Amino acid sequence: MSVAVTTAQEGGICRLMKHPVVQNIGWAAGGIAILAILWSIAGYLLVNDPSTKNFAKFGLVPTLKAFPELWEMGKIQNALAASGYRLGMGLLIAIVIGVPIGILMGRVKWFRDYTNSPFQFVRMISPLSWMPIAVLVFATWNGSIIFLIAIAAVWPIMFATAAGLAKVDPNWFKVARNLGARPWHILTKVIMPAISFDVFSGMRLALGVAWIVIVPAEYLGVTSGLGYSIKDARETLSYDHLTAMVVTIGIVGYFLDSILVVIINRSSWHRG
Amino acid sequence: MAIRGTEIKIQGLTHRYGSRSGVTFNRVDLVSPPGEALAIIGRSGCGKSTLLHILAGVLKPTEGKVLLNGTEITAPSPRWVMMFQAPHLFPWMTVTQNVGVGLSFGRWSKQEIAERVTEAIKLVELQEFATANVQDLSGGQQQRVALARSLVMEPELLLLDEPFSALDAFTRASLQKDVRSIAKRKGFNIVFVTHDIDEAVIMGDRAVIMAGSPGNIVHELDIDLPDPRDRHDDAVQALRTRLMATFQEAANYTKPQSATLAA
Repeated sequence: MSVAVTTAQEGGICRLMKHPVVQNIGWAAGGIAILAILWSIAGYLLVNDPSTKNFAKFGLVPTLKAFPELWEMGKIQNALAASGYRLGMGLLIAIVIGVPIGILMGRVKWFRDYTNSPFQFVRMISPLSWMPIAVLVFATWNGSIIFLIAIAAVWPIMFATAAGLAKVDPNWFKVARNLGARPWHILTKVIMPAISFDVFSGMRLALGVAWIVIVPAEYLGVTSGLGYSIKDARETLSYDHLTAMVVTIGIVGYFLDSILVVIINRSSWHRG
Repeated sequence: MAIRGTEIKIQGLTHRYGSRSGVTFNRVDLVSPPGEALAIIGRSGCGKSTLLHILAGVLKPTEGKVLLNGTEITAPSPRWVMMFQAPHLFPWMTVTQNVGVGLSFGRWSKQEIAERVTEAIKLVELQEFATANVQDLSGGQQQRVALARSLVMEPELLLLDEPFSALDAFTRASLQKDVRSIAKRKGFNIVFVTHDIDEAVIMGDRAVIMAGSPGNIVHELDIDLPDPRDRHDDAVQALRTRLMATFQEAANYTKPQSATLAA
């Protein structure tokens, strides 16, 4: 009897181990473990070399120890709140501007013909090169940073929306009009569901760009946010805090990206 | 689901695609009584699909007008619904959502939509697929969904542009019978364009043959057969032969006068 129970349990464990989610977690844990080992080796080398001993706090163990410290001081929460607000506002502005213009580009040929070249030209300008102009134009640092994030994020959203619309079957519009749809219905019942996958894919790219831009943008002027925290840690020579904030950026960025991946998968109606 | 038929009056209908293009058809006149199933047959290029698109309000005539119980058709409307060659379903929706999409454009309560959609799905015998995504259905089932999507609007006139030509023979035969049977039960008019003589005989009460360039109606044939119709019946075969002969006669038709528009 006990042998049968043990065999059944072993079978259950085997099935669990073969589950794709468990396997994915296993691969991720393995990759992170390798990264941690390399980091530990680098930390060990830093400590044991007299010329680099001052940078020993860049190592894994001091960084891990810095996390509870920073959390208790509220530095991580405050930095995330400040950067999150700027990121959220910048992305929101990019979506509000990018999606309608992308729809116009995909739907109206003359608008696409007129705007394609100027948009491609402006898109190629590094978002951070707008910084001096943003500082002059906006009264607050917050306003400047939100502008930089918006101008970095708007292009992937706009072009992904336009590309999505270009793929929409024109017969769907014909069918909808035939059934009495008004322009508003065509927008909400046909266009938006048809292109949601492309819009969210554009938002994922935009998030990646915005997450990269926000840190250097916060090096200037402001006294809050992830970028400021890194700059502050560097100036106070708190290398363990600096590395902990860098790791925080990685973890939060990965988390936000994962959320969008889930949304993209759920919004996709394509088969195969 | 109460659907009533309508009298269709086509008066002096002329169409050309642009000022430099030739005339598609010239001064077409036709009357179809309420509840009639009218087949339009003819060779490619005689303007039968254009005529159907004008009936749907998708295209505007150059001259003349189409009246439905006295109302002029100038734009698409749920009162006259067109079913296309391909189903063109919305692939992100279920069967139920696709069938109800036209009602969601109007001012219907959720309960009314649900009731009418359930009835339409039952009519096309797809109850067991109601919650399935339309991408999981076969071509024939998808065309049934498109039919239900048109029927749920309770149109007075259902226009069909070679709706079953992309389907296999068995599915096509089954849908031809179903559409006619539903139309007769509900009493709405059908106008359908087809290249298939069998389809015209199985589905129609009357066939009009278009020919010439510019096109016009050159022949008419009443298809006075009892229902249900079987393509192997002698009466159906005899009418098929007659229609085929008329069609071939029409194929040799050339309009005597020059193709110019009336001033």
